Amino acid sequence: MPKDTIAFTLHLADNALIMSQCLSEWTGHGPALEQDIALTNIALDYLGQSRNFYQHAADIINIQRAMPIFAPGRSYPLQEDDLAYHRLEHQFCNHLLVELPNMHWGQTVLKTFFFAHYQQAVYRHLLQDADLQIAAIAEKSLKEVKYHVKWSNDWILRLGDGTEESYDKMQEALDKVWPYTGELFEATPWNTDRLDTEAMQKEWDKNVKAVLQQATLSVPSSVRSQTGGLKGIHTEKMGYILAEMQYLQRVYPDSNW
Amino acid sequence: MHTTDYTVADIWQLLEKVTDPEVPVLSILDLGIVRHVHIDDTGRGQQVEVTLTPTYSGCPAMDMIAANIRIELMMAGVSKVNILYQLSPAWTTDWMTESGKEKLNAYGIAPPVSLVGHQDGQEITEDRGIPCPQCGSVNTNVISHFGSTACKALHRCNDCNEPFDYFKCH
Repeated sequence: MPKDTIAFTLHLADNALIMSQCLSEWTGHGPALEQDIALTNIALDYLGQSRNFYQHAADIINIQRAMPIFAPGRSYPLQEDDLAYHRLEHQFCNHLLVELPNMHWGQTVLKTFFFAHYQQAVYRHLLQDADLQIAAIAEKSLKEVKYHVKWSNDWILRLGDGTEESYDKMQEALDKVWPYTGELFEATPWNTDRLDTEAMQKEWDKNVKAVLQQATLSVPSSVRSQTGGLKGIHTEKMGYILAEMQYLQRVYPDSNW
Repeated sequence: MHTTDYTVADIWQLLEKVTDPEVPVLSILDLGIVRHVHIDDTGRGQQVEVTLTPTYSGCPAMDMIAANIRIELMMAGVSKVNILYQLSPAWTTDWMTESGKEKLNAYGIAPPVSLVGHQDGQEITEDRGIPCPQCGSVNTNVISHFGSTACKALHRCNDCNEPFDYFKCH
C-alpha cells in the first residue's frame, strides 16, 4: 500500500469540491438555460466525487485512529462533512487552477476544459491503484468525466474558432490561465508512489493542444508556472470560497436539515 | 413483534416496489442498481443487508432510494436494514432491464440505446438518431448532453418538433 493515502485522498477530494463550489456560482446565471443546466450537472458530478473521496479519507482516519490536527473539536468517527467544512485554508491541498475566479463564461469553460482533461488522465492512472476504493471511485468518475471532456471541447472550439470577439476573449483567458496548468503535474511526497506525472502530462498535453490548435488558439510559450496549492499556499480567492462554503457549519457546527 | 421469515427471493420482490424518485416509472430493479441481498437470522428477527451501486456520483436520488428501501422493508416487518454501497464494477445502463427500457419509452423518456447501429438508414450516435419516444422518428438530434437530472440528455425530434429526454448510455 502506498504511503500517505490520507493526504492523497484529501487532495483528490479538495480538487473536486473546490471545482464544484466555483462552478456552482454559475447556477441561474448561465448564458442559456441548457448551458446553465450543463454546468450545474458537471458541478454536481464533482460534488459527488468529492463526497466519495472525503468519506474514504474519513474511513481510513477512523480505522487508523489518525485524527488529523486539522480537525479541532471533532470526534470519532469523522464523517465526510468534517473534512469539507472544518479544515482551514492552508490545510486544503487542491491545485490553484480549481480556485481561479470564474470571470467570463469563456474563462470558466477553459478552466473546466483543463481540469476535465486532467481528471481523465489522473483517473485512468488510478484505475490500477493499490487502494481498491480509490480505484473504484476513479472507475466510476471516469464515466462522468467523458461527458465533461466532450462538453468543454465543444465550447473551446465554438468560442476559439468563433467570432473575432470570442477569439480575443479566449486567447486572453488562455494567456491568463495557462500558467496554472503546470502545477497539475507537480510531484509531491504523497503522489510520486501512485502517479506517473510525466506520462500524465504527456497525455494531457497532447489532448489539450489538439483541441486548442483546432480552435485556432495559441498556447503561450515559456511561462513561469504558478504553484503552491499542494503545500496549502493559495490565491486570494480561496479564502472567499471557503468563507462562503463553510459559513453554516462554522456558525452552527453539525447542523442538519 | 414476531415477524414472518423472509427468503432472499421475497426481499427481491419487496424491492420491486421501491421506485426511482426522479423517474417514478422505474423500480430500482429495473434500474439495475441492486447488487446483493443478504439475510442474517438473529434471535431477535431478521436483519437484511442490501448492496446498491450508485448511478452517478452526485445523484441526489440515492439517499432517498436508501430511505425508501428501509421504509419498505421495515413496514414488511424486517427488524433491521443495512444499506451498503459498492462502486466497482461501476453501474452501467446495460444493467437496466428490458421491461425498464419499455416503461421509460412509454413515459416519454428515450431509453439508452446501444450506440452502434443503424435504424431506418440513420446512424445512431449520442448526437443524433436517438428514436423519439413520441413519434418513433430517428430524425432527431441532441440539444445538450446534460439534462434535468444527471442521467439524462436533452434531444429534439425534427419530425414532430417535440423536445425529449434521453436516458444516457453510461
